[in-house]
Amino acid sequence: MTMKVQNNTYTLMYSAVVVLIVATCLAVFATALKPAQLRNIEIEKKQNILASLRIVSDKASAEELYNRYIVDSYTLNTSGEQIQNIDPFAVNLREELKKPPGERNLPAYVGARNDSTFLVIPVYGKGLWGPIWGYVSFMKRDPVKEGMPYYNVIYGVNFDHQSETPGLGAEISQDFFQIPFRGKAIFDEQGNFVSVKVVKGGADPGSIHEVDAISGGTITSRGLQAMLDTCLVAYEFYFKSVD
Amino acid sequence: MKHLKLLTNPLNDENPITVQVLGICSVLAVTVQMKPAIVMAVSVIVVTALSNLIISLLRATIPPRIRIIIQLVVIAFLVILVDQILKAFLYDVSKKLSVFVGLIITNCILMGRLEAFAMNNRPWESFLDGIGNGAGYGIILIALSTIRELFGSGSLLGYQVIPEGLYKLGYVDNGMMILPPMALITVGIMIWVQRGYNKKLIEK
Repeated sequence: MTMKVQNNTYTLMYSAVVVLIVATCLAVFATALKPAQLRNIEIEKKQNILASLRIVSDKASAEELYNRYIVDSYTLNTSGEQIQNIDPFAVNLREELKKPPGERNLPAYVGARNDSTFLVIPVYGKGLWGPIWGYVSFMKRDPVKEGMPYYNVIYGVNFDHQSETPGLGAEISQDFFQIPFRGKAIFDEQGNFVSVKVVKGGADPGSIHEVDAISGGTITSRGLQAMLDTCLVAYEFYFKSVD
Repeated sequence: MKHLKLLTNPLNDENPITVQVLGICSVLAVTVQMKPAIVMAVSVIVVTALSNLIISLLRATIPPRIRIIIQLVVIAFLVILVDQILKAFLYDVSKKLSVFVGLIITNCILMGRLEAFAMNNRPWESFLDGIGNGAGYGIILIALSTIRELFGSGSLLGYQVIPEGLYKLGYVDNGMMILPPMALITVGIMIWVQRGYNKKLIEK
């Protein structure tokens, strides 16, 4: 026995067989579990989109609520035109953000609730330790004057993160941070894009463009600011041109 | 049961965390809340038990020169499997555990048990030893996460247990409990308490 297991040929054969068995098993399991995993990701995305519309859903109800409230979805280019043949649900924002600003595909989801129309925009950026992302919903309003956008006022937001510091940066996923975004405007009175400012040291309570940053989460707050600026400005033409 | 010691020793006298101080990394990382800690504990028990069992079954056939590699292949196989299953069926928890399930592969407890026990013992004993050591890791994880969640977030398993009235009186959650340094300090206190009543652990 000792002779045999010390032998070079035996060692090579043994490792080859072990690797073959393990690789086959893993391949089989990975393929079998893939549909369930993809489904989890899809449901989570739908729940996040619904959350930005202030609709609370759980795993079981997400699909049904999504079909009820999200009436349309499309992919836009930066000039505000719809691009055919690209499924907005399949657009990977992380990849899009690597392209030059003018060439990005921009997903948009149209929501309908209580006779109002909403637009849900996905956002993606960098926090302190890893990616942060979310959805921002806007309520459609007819512009008060020429040059003002149809989508200006934020109806709801939903932010999440991969690995921000618990208790600090990770608080971006909490209600106390997200609720103040409601009712804030991303365009000023002249129709210029100003975004929403995440202000350190306390937002001006009268301002419609400012919310409080998170104490101790400065870098995450800055990342979130940059995420909103980059992702929302791309839709400027669409916000202004839609009728 | 003659093998009872294999199960109970790692819980106290030979605890992988408080006595052997192995696997500390994940202990600090996944104990902010109880639910991920429990899932992590169960995952580690499954991996230690099965890897011990598989290695013990193969122990006579494994070429000694590549035995560490074979052990790692078996551990990595089981860990990837656990990770995939969590992603498919416990998605929320798998997101919270993120990389730490994958890092079970590098958990010293596993390699330690395979080298020290499974390579020289029969499958049944090895299996029990694996469960025992996984459980020894698990009880510390659960105890630590109970303390951290209770004092850090005022809840247990996600349910609020510290009454609202206490917060109105000026009670605040201890934010330090959520951060890793406090986990390390709490483990230190646990080791101190354990040695306080178990005198034979104290080094001469």
